[in-house]
Amino acid sequence: MNAPIRRLSALVALLFVSLLVSSTWIQVVSAKSINDQPGNRRTLLASYNRERGSIIVGGEAVARSVASDDELAWNREYPRGPLYAHVTGYFSFLYGAGGGLEGAQNDLLSGRSDRLFYRRVSDLLTGKSPVGASLELTINPAAQSAAERALGNQRGAVLALDPQTGAILAMVSHPSYDPKVLSSHDLGAVESSWVKLLKDDGDPLINRAIAGDLYPPGSIFKLITAAAALESGQYTQDSSVPGPAALELPGVSKPLPNHDGRACGPNDKTTLLGAMVISCNTAFASLGMTLGADALRQQAAAFGFGERVDIPMRATASTMPATMDEPQTAQAAIGQFDVRVTPLQMAMVAAAIGNDGEVMTPYLVRRVLGSQLQTIDEASPETLSDAVSTSTARQLTTMMKAVVSQGTGQAAQIPGVEVAGKTGTAQHAVGAAPHAWFVSFAPAADPQVAIAVVVEDGGNAGNEAAGGSVAGPIAKAVMEAVLAS
Amino acid sequence: MSIVTSWRPRRGRNVELLLLCLAVAIVTIAYVSVEGATRGSIPANLGAQAGGLLAIAVAIHLVLRFTASYADPLLLPIATLLNGLGLVMIHRLDIAQGRSLTEGMALRQLTWSALAVGIAIAVLLWLRDHRTLRRYTFLAGAAGVALLLLPLLPFIGREVNGARIWIGLGPFTFQPGEIAKIALAVFFAGYLVRTRDVLSIAGPKFLGMQLPRGRDLGPIVVMWLISLAILFFQKDLGSALLFFGLFVAMLYVATERIGWITIGLLLAAGGAVIAYTLFAHVQLRVLLWLHTFSKDALDASDQLAKGVMGMASGGLFGTGLGRGRPDITYFAESDFIFASFGEELGLTGVFAILTLYALLVERGLRTAIGVRDGFGKLLAAGLAFSVALQCFVVVGGVTRVIPLTGLTMPFLSSGGSSLLANWTLVALLLRISDQARQPLADPSSSGPIPTLVTSR
Repeated sequence: MNAPIRRLSALVALLFVSLLVSSTWIQVVSAKSINDQPGNRRTLLASYNRERGSIIVGGEAVARSVASDDELAWNREYPRGPLYAHVTGYFSFLYGAGGGLEGAQNDLLSGRSDRLFYRRVSDLLTGKSPVGASLELTINPAAQSAAERALGNQRGAVLALDPQTGAILAMVSHPSYDPKVLSSHDLGAVESSWVKLLKDDGDPLINRAIAGDLYPPGSIFKLITAAAALESGQYTQDSSVPGPAALELPGVSKPLPNHDGRACGPNDKTTLLGAMVISCNTAFASLGMTLGADALRQQAAAFGFGERVDIPMRATASTMPATMDEPQTAQAAIGQFDVRVTPLQMAMVAAAIGNDGEVMTPYLVRRVLGSQLQTIDEASPETLSDAVSTSTARQLTTMMKAVVSQGTGQAAQIPGVEVAGKTGTAQHAVGAAPHAWFVSFAPAADPQVAIAVVVEDGGNAGNEAAGGSVAGPIAKAVMEAVLAS
Repeated sequence: MSIVTSWRPRRGRNVELLLLCLAVAIVTIAYVSVEGATRGSIPANLGAQAGGLLAIAVAIHLVLRFTASYADPLLLPIATLLNGLGLVMIHRLDIAQGRSLTEGMALRQLTWSALAVGIAIAVLLWLRDHRTLRRYTFLAGAAGVALLLLPLLPFIGREVNGARIWIGLGPFTFQPGEIAKIALAVFFAGYLVRTRDVLSIAGPKFLGMQLPRGRDLGPIVVMWLISLAILFFQKDLGSALLFFGLFVAMLYVATERIGWITIGLLLAAGGAVIAYTLFAHVQLRVLLWLHTFSKDALDASDQLAKGVMGMASGGLFGTGLGRGRPDITYFAESDFIFASFGEELGLTGVFAILTLYALLVERGLRTAIGVRDGFGKLLAAGLAFSVALQCFVVVGGVTRVIPLTGLTMPFLSSGGSSLLANWTLVALLLRISDQARQPLADPSSSGPIPTLVTSR
C-alpha cells in the first residue's frame, strides 16, 4: 500500500500548492484591485486610521485631519467650508473621497501612493506611524474670496489661471456646499445631507468650472473664430468683413440677426477689430462660413477642445459638433449651435492669447509635501499646445483691449491697468435668460491672470443680462485681487 | 535489491521538547504583540500564561516519553503551535469585539484546548497499540453514522448559519461531524483492510484503465448516497466533500486501483451537478464563489467578499497582529480564521501556516508508509489525508479555489468539538508513528542493529 500513499502525498502537495497560489493571488497579485473595491470598509478605515494629509492654500489648511476620540480616530475638517468645497471635495466615511482633490489625490493624501514608497519604507523602519502627504495649492486666496464674493448668490463659475504657467488661481462654482456635512462621523446626518445635496436642483456637488452639463460659449467663441481667421493668413485685424444687420443663411428662411438689429458699420461692412469690439454676430457668422467648419474645429482643438485635462480632477472636454452644415457653422462661429465649453477651457483660450499663443496645462497642486512639510514633488509648468502664432496672439490682444476700453466689456476696466477681454451672452434655451460670459486677462502686455466667468441664466439681471454687465464686474474683481497680491 | 545499513534508532523526544519550547515561544511573542498593539502594554501575568501553555504541552510530551517514546517528534509541536496561534487570534478578536476575558471566546477555547489535550493523553494511555481499534471497526462505523445523524434529530439538532450540523444540549453546542470524521476513518480502515482483496479484483477495462467489478461498487455508492444525504438534509457541502473524499482516498490506498478514483470523481461530479440543479443554496454558493464581487452576490452575502478583502488588505507582510480589522469579517474566529491570519500576518504568515499543515500531513503520511500493518497504514493515511482535505476545503473556500463551505480549520478555529477531534486525531497519529518508527527488535543490546531500511 506504500505506492498509493506516495501518490496520495503528491496529491496533497498539489492541494497545498493550489492554496499557496490562491493566497498569493489574493494578497499580492490582485490585492490592489480588491483594496480599491467600492465599499471596502478596511480601505476606508485604514484611510481613517492614518493621519490624512492637509490641503493647503496660501499657508492655511483648507482641509485637515484632527484627532478625534471615536473609532475613526481622525476627523476631517474644512475650516473654509463652501469657499473651497469644489477644490477640496469631501472625505466621507459613507460616500468615500470625491468631489475634488480628496478624491483625485486620494492616494497621496491617504499615504497609499507609490510616489510615497520610500517614505513609507523609512516610516516602517523608524516605527513612525505613516502620514499622508499634504498638498499645497496654486490657489490665490484673495482671488478665490473675491470670486466667491463677486459671484454671490448667482449660479455659475469662475476660473482664473496664471497664463504663463497654467497654475489655477481661483476656482469657484455656485451653488456650493459645506464638505463638513459629508465628513461628519454622525453617519445618519451624513446620509440625509447627501440625499439633500443630490436632490438639490442647483446641483451643488457639481463643479461647474470644470465639469457639469457644459455651457454654450456664445460670443466669447468669436475669439476662436477670429483666431482661425488670422491663422489662415487671409486676414488681419484691419481686414474688411461683411457686417449686415442680418445675415442670410443658405437654405434657412430666418436670417441670423445682430443683437441690436443694426448693421455693424457703414455699407454693411466693418473691420475684424470693429466686429470684435461690438461683438458683431453677422461678421463672425459669415467669417465662419468662409473659413469652413474644419478650420473652426481645428482652431478649437488647438486651444484644447476635445482634450481631457486632469488638474488633477478630471475636467470634462469641451466639444465642437462633429458635423456641421453651412448655417450650423455660422451659428457655431458665434458660439451657438452645439458648441459646449467649460469655464476652464475658455480661461485657457484667454490665457493662451495672453501668453503669445501658447496654452499651458492647467494645474491645481503646486507642491506635494511630506509629514515634515518637506517637498516630495513640485509641479513644473508644461505646454499643452501652441494654439496660435505670436502675431495672431498680439492682434487678438489688441482686439480684446479694444473690447474693454471702448466696446462691450467696459465694465471690466481697471484704472491704471490694461485689460483685454471679451463678453458673451449665450442663448441656451427658448424663453430662458441667456448665460452671461466674460473672459479676460490683465495686464494685457504681461498678463498675470486670465479668467473665465459664467453666470447662469443672466444671474440676478435675468433677461436684461449681457456678458459685459453681469460677468464683467466679477472678472474685474478677481483680476484686481490677483494684481493686488 | 536491498541495502543493509547500520542504524541507531533516534527517538527524537529531545528534539520534540526543543520544538515545543519554540512553539510556545512563538505563541507568547504573538500574544505579546497583540496586547502591545491593542492595549499598548505587556500583560502582567504573561509568565504564568506562557508557563501554563508550556505545562499543557509538556504534559503530553512526558506521556509520550513514557508510553510512545518513538513517536514522531514533529506532530506535537505543530499541533501546539497551531492551537496556540488560534488562541492568540481568537483572543485578539475578543479584544476587537470588546469582550472581556471571562466572557470572551479565548478563555473557552483555552479550556477546550486543555480538555482536548487531556483526552489526547487519555487516548495515548488507553490505546497502547493502535491495532486494538480494529476490533471496534463496526462499532466505529455505527458511531460515525450516528454522530452524523444526530443534528437531524428534533430538539437537540441546531441549525447554525444555514447548516444543520450542530447539536445543542442546554448551553453546550457541539459539532458531531468532527468526531465522526475520526470514527469513520477507523471504520473505513478496518473495513477496507478486510475487503481490499475483493475490492481490488480487476473488472472490465475501459480506456486502458482497470475498472472494479460491478458487484463491488456497493460500498462506494452507499458512501456517495450518505454524502448526498448530508448535503441535502444538513446543507453541509464541506462535510459531504470531506467524507466522500476521505473514503475514496482510503479505498484507493487499500486497493491500489486508479479505477476507484475515476469512479469517485465521476460520482462526485455527478453529485455536484445534481446538487447544483436541485438546491438553491448550492447555486448561491457557486454564484458567491465565481462572482464574489458582483452586485447579485454582494446582495446575497458579502461574507466571502469581506474575507477576501481582509486578506488583500494584509498584502505581503500583513498589518501586524492586533493592527488590522479582521473583526469586519463574519466568523473571523472560526470559518474565516485563515483570512484573519492573512490580514494580520500577510502572505508570509499564511505561507508559514500552510507549511505547518503540510508538514503535519506529511508526517502523518510518512507514518502510514512506515507502519507495518495494513490497518495502521490505512488509518494513518486516512487521518492525515482528512487534515489535508479539510485544509483544502476551508482555505480553498476562503481563497476562492472552490465554493465556500462550512468547515473549521483544524486547531486554529474556535470550537470545542473541532479541538477535541483534532487532538484525538494527533494522539492516534502519535500512537501509530510510535510503532512505525520503532525498530523491529528491541534495542536492548548495545551496538548498531542491522535493519532493513530500503527495499523495493
